[in-house]
Amino acid sequence: MTDYTRHAKYFLLQDFYQGMKLGIKYMFKPKATLNYPHEKGPLSPRFRGEHALRRYANGEERCIACKLCEAVCPAQAITIDAEPRDDGSRRTTRYDIDMTKCIYCGFCQEACPVDAIVEGPNFEFSTETREELYYDKAKLLANGDRWEAEIARNLEMDAPYR
Amino acid sequence: MADFFFNTTLGAILLIVGQIFLVVIPLLVALAFLMYADRKIWASVQLRRGPNVVGVYGLLQSFADFGKYIVKEIVVPAGADRPVFFLAPMISLVMALVAWAVIPFNDGWVLSDINVAILFVFAVSSLEVYGVIMGGWASNSKYPFLGSLRSAAQMISYEVSIGLIIIGVIISTGSMNFSGIVAAQHGDFGLLNWYWLPHFPMLILFFISALAETNRPPFDLPEAESELVAGYQVEYSSTPFLLFMIGELVAVVLMCALISLMFFGGWLSPIPGLPHGIFWMIAKMGLVFFFFSLIKAITPRYRYDQLMRLGWKVFLPFSLFWVVFVAFAAKFEWFWGIYARWTLGG
Repeated sequence: MTDYTRHAKYFLLQDFYQGMKLGIKYMFKPKATLNYPHEKGPLSPRFRGEHALRRYANGEERCIACKLCEAVCPAQAITIDAEPRDDGSRRTTRYDIDMTKCIYCGFCQEACPVDAIVEGPNFEFSTETREELYYDKAKLLANGDRWEAEIARNLEMDAPYR
Repeated sequence: MADFFFNTTLGAILLIVGQIFLVVIPLLVALAFLMYADRKIWASVQLRRGPNVVGVYGLLQSFADFGKYIVKEIVVPAGADRPVFFLAPMISLVMALVAWAVIPFNDGWVLSDINVAILFVFAVSSLEVYGVIMGGWASNSKYPFLGSLRSAAQMISYEVSIGLIIIGVIISTGSMNFSGIVAAQHGDFGLLNWYWLPHFPMLILFFISALAETNRPPFDLPEAESELVAGYQVEYSSTPFLLFMIGELVAVVLMCALISLMFFGGWLSPIPGLPHGIFWMIAKMGLVFFFFSLIKAITPRYRYDQLMRLGWKVFLPFSLFWVVFVAFAAKFEWFWGIYARWTLGG
């Protein structure tokens, strides 16, 4: 491009007309924004959200208190106490996750030999106080009951790739 | 009843106050929706939705914002010069509103039909810069001060070329009265009679200068958030900030009105045969405002030296040349006399 045409384009504001044309073209395109609380984007089956403790189909809790998750947790967010139950099986008496410490790395569910602790698809669990984010065993088991269908489906969908 | 309004002092004052409210209240209500329109246009060019939650399609967003600004706490910096700090936003808003006194919306629909109307608007819009300077200085902080300095330099630079462009239009019309300027654009060919055709380069120049004059993007250097946080507005909160914001937008709408009066024939209908009226004026202002918003969406911010270069080394010589050209064209009636349409008898 010669200097003359360049200067002519500069004085005739060619860039701005092109910009306006593009701007008006984009004005009528469909919007990229999601109406978030009403519509949500797709989630991967591997999505690591809120934690849950799962149960077997007969209602028995899966966790055997091996403490692998507690050991692997890089943020040291998990605290487990365990002792033998009346029927002699080893179970947790305390299973706490401090969700404010957790970095959602997913190591706990990788370490778990019985698929007891998992990170579910729920990411909308904000609270008004920090105390509420200190999850205890009852809360985690309740999460497991609530999200079991989604968690089971996600595990099944992800299974071929593991 | 008519006797009371036209023959007693109290009645005359009431009449004027009533007329002022008749201009200001529709203007401020329109402003709320223009702010919404501005955000919507900006958003949709960027493929966003914009405000869409408050009211139907988010139409009441601006009112919600106004309410929010008013109930917020007013924070005054410790070292601030309090009287000046609070005076600044008021000056900014009042000066922007005062200029509307001479803007006609229809034939004869004007608060004060003075013969130097265009000079009055020019003078008052120059005073707006005081609000910005005072705000920046009284905040007693570095960023607002730098922002206000920039703003002052910018507004003064572009006022020069705006003044010269206005002179071209005045030469063509032979009148500084807005009604006279619109009357001069009346003709048999509708929109082809308007000044945008003979003064086309000046229309573009005036539009760009108006962007700079009102601190709109791409010339929003006073509030360049990446370097100055928000310029002279940094220390302002609550209602004073709201006043600044409204003042700025009133100035933008004023520029829209000026462009439609000077270059697009005000309330004249674009097609011969259709009736003239206020709706044409409003439609033209809306169209110009649309381009203000579109420019905001598509342009990156100018660097400060680029802004100064454009104002002094491109716009000033060009508009000066145009004044000389229009003067000759009007005197010797070049181009079938389209530059000479004196409404005051020449």
